[in-house]
Amino acid sequence: MTAAIEMVDVLDEPKAIEGRRPFSLAVRRLRKDKVAMVSLVVIVLIVLMAVLAPVFAAVTGHPPNEQYRDIGLTPDGLPRGPNGTFWLGTDDLGRDILVRIAYGARISLLVGVLATAITVVIGVVLGLAAGFLGGITDTVLARLIDVVLSVPFLLVAIALVSVTGPSLTVTVLVIGCFSWASVARIVRGQVLSLREREFVEAARSLGAGDRRIMFVDVLPNVIAPVIVYTTLLIPVVIVTQATLSFLGLGLPPPTPDWGGMISESQNYYTTAWWFILFPGLALLVTTLAFNLFGDGVRDAFDPRADRT
Amino acid sequence: MAMFLIRRIGHGILVLWLISVAVFALFFVAPSNVAQTLAGRQGTPETIALIKHRLGLDLPVWQQYLHFLGNAVKGNLGYDYYHQVPVTHIIGQALPITVSLALGAAVLWLALGVFNGVISATHPRSLADRGLTLFALFFYSFPSFLLGLLLLYFLYFRLTLSGFGWFPAGGYAPLTGGIGPWFQHLLLPWVALALLLAATYTRLTRGSMLDVLGEDYIRTARSKGIRESRVVVVHGLRSALTPVVTQFGIDLGQLIGGVVVIETVFSLPGLGQTAVVAINQQDLPVIIGIVLFASAAVVVSNILVDIGYAVLDPRVRLH
Amino acid sequence: MTDVLLKVDDVRKEFPTHSKEVVQAVAGVSLEVHKGETLGLVGETGCGKSSLARCMAHLYDVTSGSVWFEGQEISKLSRKAMRPLRRDVQVIFQDPYGSLNPRRRVGSIIGDPFAIHNIASGNERKKKVQELMELVGLNPEHYNRFPAEFSGGQRQRIGVARALALRPKLVICDEPVSALDVSIQAQIINLLSDLQREFDLTYVFISHDLSVVRHVSDRIAVMYLGKIVELAPTAELFGQTRHPYTRALLSALPVADPDTADSREQIILGGDIPSATNPPSGCRFHTRCPKARLDCAAEEPVLEPVLDDKPGHRTACFYPLTVGEDLSTAVPDLKAS
Repeated sequence: MTAAIEMVDVLDEPKAIEGRRPFSLAVRRLRKDKVAMVSLVVIVLIVLMAVLAPVFAAVTGHPPNEQYRDIGLTPDGLPRGPNGTFWLGTDDLGRDILVRIAYGARISLLVGVLATAITVVIGVVLGLAAGFLGGITDTVLARLIDVVLSVPFLLVAIALVSVTGPSLTVTVLVIGCFSWASVARIVRGQVLSLREREFVEAARSLGAGDRRIMFVDVLPNVIAPVIVYTTLLIPVVIVTQATLSFLGLGLPPPTPDWGGMISESQNYYTTAWWFILFPGLALLVTTLAFNLFGDGVRDAFDPRADRT
Repeated sequence: MAMFLIRRIGHGILVLWLISVAVFALFFVAPSNVAQTLAGRQGTPETIALIKHRLGLDLPVWQQYLHFLGNAVKGNLGYDYYHQVPVTHIIGQALPITVSLALGAAVLWLALGVFNGVISATHPRSLADRGLTLFALFFYSFPSFLLGLLLLYFLYFRLTLSGFGWFPAGGYAPLTGGIGPWFQHLLLPWVALALLLAATYTRLTRGSMLDVLGEDYIRTARSKGIRESRVVVVHGLRSALTPVVTQFGIDLGQLIGGVVVIETVFSLPGLGQTAVVAINQQDLPVIIGIVLFASAAVVVSNILVDIGYAVLDPRVRLH
Repeated sequence: MTDVLLKVDDVRKEFPTHSKEVVQAVAGVSLEVHKGETLGLVGETGCGKSSLARCMAHLYDVTSGSVWFEGQEISKLSRKAMRPLRRDVQVIFQDPYGSLNPRRRVGSIIGDPFAIHNIASGNERKKKVQELMELVGLNPEHYNRFPAEFSGGQRQRIGVARALALRPKLVICDEPVSALDVSIQAQIINLLSDLQREFDLTYVFISHDLSVVRHVSDRIAVMYLGKIVELAPTAELFGQTRHPYTRALLSALPVADPDTADSREQIILGGDIPSATNPPSGCRFHTRCPKARLDCAAEEPVLEPVLDDKPGHRTACFYPLTVGEDLSTAVPDLKAS
């Protein structure tokens, strides 16, 4: 859908067809990648589901946290399977799984985007500073990168969340503050070679200061690898958030999120397959779509780069 | 080489020290109610104060840290709050389980990843290549807990229900009790871990193999009439494996430090699960001990990777 | 001659290497650039002319010596203190591919000087940029394009526009045409000459190609291994060549008339250019000079007027050439007598 609309735009605006424009070649390659385009459509659908979560609640008439202990549970108090009222069944408290999945998408996407954004901003700024300024700045930042990359991330994340208490902010900050190091390392490597380029010297000869050169001249040249890394980072962040939830360190109940739902389903998977299947499927489809799209983005930006 | 090693080890120690400071600061700045928990609900302020004193929690944080550091240098990571067991002992008990898990899975994921990577690289853009890439990405996208739960559902629950009780629901059987039960208990966790990690290796092998197969000496080998399978395996794979070995060292180092989720799902009392339990109990010495041990594993494996890299590829000069 | 715009006084520039040695890129150069002239700087690749150019523009810190612009010493200014002077001293770089940021639009690249020095913004900047583009012969409508969409010659025009944006007094052209096709070279050189006349510019024009330098320069300095070996007004350098190295460079120039080309002397220099980490003793050219004598290896000649030359013509040579001297039969004699 969206791809088709963008194609029309291109035809209307002749400027965008000029082939040698940076990125336009990559975008064209990406458009031809069927797997990536299908993944993009899936991602758009998931975003729509998240945005339209209240519509799900309105159509089914089931608010996400409403417990239907009478019609939503069997006489034995077990979850009910998919039926006309609860299309994807109910959970152990008689809540509508479909509506909760729709609301859960909001959490996954929100954390995925916010934590990735923090990661990328910190990583790019520190990577730029380390690579461009060099000297003592670089030495200190390089050690800091080593430290963060050596820490057992999940353990420390769990420990941190258990100390501060779970919340959306904590989850986002913890993921953001521990993932930036790999971005910083990539950016630093790029900047080390970029700063020897003649256009940096040209900027200096015009009287540009360090900050201007870093952000106006060097930054645009590291955007391609950062874009690739970012698209591949989003699914990793989504999985990390779900993992924290699964371990009981996600969002405080009753907020619906996919990892938490799967965690709650553990005791019921022998009797209520839908309880684990649908949230699990939602999570898997989301990460798979992002990974396939990210894979396409990587191939599009650097067709030769088969290495990680 | 010696200079390089000394510098790398120096950096490693610096990194570990920084981590110890950070972890210590983190947990001691945060409000803790361990003493309260230990004293129980009826604990009087006096009991709580006594417990705090006994655990050394009444000292200023920096004194506690120096005390900890002094002992750590001597190889003593302290004692757990609840049973006064040495932390090194706790790590020693959990480590064989984590190592069994990591090494067994490593065999599987290496075999799977490298095999698929070679097939993909020798048939680029073929159906097999696309299929294998998709297969790898599919499992790479899996959240580990979901894959673990699914394996348990189908291979434990469904099979057992159908009368084939091949796999246990979880838990660990030490090697001392025979290799059979050990193997049986670890097979599902191995498969889960291997499927999750194989994707990286498929991609790495495929990429570097494609590069290597384009090199002149491979063309020379082919033109000499050497069998294609021999060209691929003997001439190609050997030099294509360098990045794989690098990645392997890094992954193994990280796994030795604890496979948190898989251990939790399959109830394996390895380092990861032990750490999670300790975190829930706010058992600080155990948490700090395991975090430091895990970091040390990463640091050491990174140094080994660098050395291995130089051994595998003599062109790499260390400096 | 008239006003001195830029003065270079015994400038040295050394770079450390990995093995604790130093490369002497510039080994004690003194010269003056006069207002309104074009000073050509010529020498083989690696002779240190680009390093000297960067020292002149204070893109490099000098190892020793000093650079003065309009009577003010600039070689020790901090980056910040140098900033206002950047408006007056501009550089055109050699590589029209490397010196333009591939990820930025041409309009914003040319507008950089205005942005950096807070001179104009928004529509005013755009207007000024488009005027500049027109001035250097670019289509102003290509304002929004990226460097990759231009040819090499057009890119160098972009570089010229950027350098001239702030109406500098001195423009240091570091091999501005070396990367271009010969047909394009002439266009850029003509553009530079037109602009010089229009804006009363002073150029330092660097090239390894003596024919290009001859075409544009009022005076020419010949560099060899970090030192100036001969400095003279263009006509004199060609008419009364004093230094054997200059003569060797001249003899390699192509000539239009095949008859004279045959009869012309050919001087082939023996050996490679020596390493700048470990330069030869005495006169640095003595290892390749057809006229070298023992004292050339022992002592360093000073750059000064030789024979009956006027003060404007200076040569660093113990055995300068006389007019008409045949160098092709000369034989070095470095044995102790």
